[in-house]
Amino acid sequence: MDMNPSARWLRFASPAAFYPLAGRLQRVFACAAALLALAGLWVGFFVAPTDAQQGEGYRIIFVHVPASWMSMVVYCAMAFWAGVGLVFNTRLSAMMATALAPTGALFALLSLVTGSLWGKPMWGTWWVWDARLTSELILFFLYLGFIALQAAIDDPRRADKAGAVLALVGVVNVPIIYFSVKWWNTLHQGASVSLTRSPSMAATMLAGMLLMALAFWAYAVAMALARVRNIILERERHTEWVRDAVEQRS
Amino acid sequence: MQWNSAREFFLMGGYAFYVWGSVGACALAMLAEPWLIRRQRQAIERALRASLDASADEVPRP
Repeated sequence: MDMNPSARWLRFASPAAFYPLAGRLQRVFACAAALLALAGLWVGFFVAPTDAQQGEGYRIIFVHVPASWMSMVVYCAMAFWAGVGLVFNTRLSAMMATALAPTGALFALLSLVTGSLWGKPMWGTWWVWDARLTSELILFFLYLGFIALQAAIDDPRRADKAGAVLALVGVVNVPIIYFSVKWWNTLHQGASVSLTRSPSMAATMLAGMLLMALAFWAYAVAMALARVRNIILERERHTEWVRDAVEQRS
Repeated sequence: MQWNSAREFFLMGGYAFYVWGSVGACALAMLAEPWLIRRQRQAIERALRASLDASADEVPRP
């Protein structure tokens, strides 16, 4: 049968077809994450200069900004797949949303922890109820709420739907986080990188940060793919192909 | 290169606890997560194999 290109891709909406593809992609993204992280750490810790104001303390930026960015990017991806699952009733999209949530929650937590470790020496406090910090904390709670809600509903299809609604409503928080430093007076510094003006930092600092952001992104993709494979195995355990796949490996 | 010695690198200009604490927290989390996923996968495969064996005992395969 001659299929057009979009139909060929739609084949991977089937868990059975996506499962082996996810396995291969997961290894590619994991390797990319490791290489990018090595490059990013090298640039961040050996090439980027000392900051004029913050000395060496600013180097927290190389993990803090990527973790914060990815906490928002992963949330958007999660809401996107949840929305696709809700509209088109595709099981795999909903599974993808479920698979992304723990990784996103981890990034939100890392963003808060590394931010705290940066705030203490620079601002003199671990925490302040400032717009940026508070909205990021809410993002963390949204992830936890999504995970808890899905875990509390036994029927996976209903859990998918309930989670999707929560994820889509919570998406309103993402622009609030992003623009919080503009909309309110906050202790948190403004955006270091924006699309409308040139970055306010040395080129090597920026390069280190972007490399680390790419590394965190590739890591998130690898983890989501690895986790979605687990979810597929669990949810499709009554199917013939899962039995075959398990028997082949034993 | 910013550092004159390994000691200077590890001291991070007096910010060692904060900088290495941040990097360490990320490293720990990003090693723990794949480990947890792998463990979950092994548990699922074990359970699947056990149920396959159980059903194989009930119905003799040709």
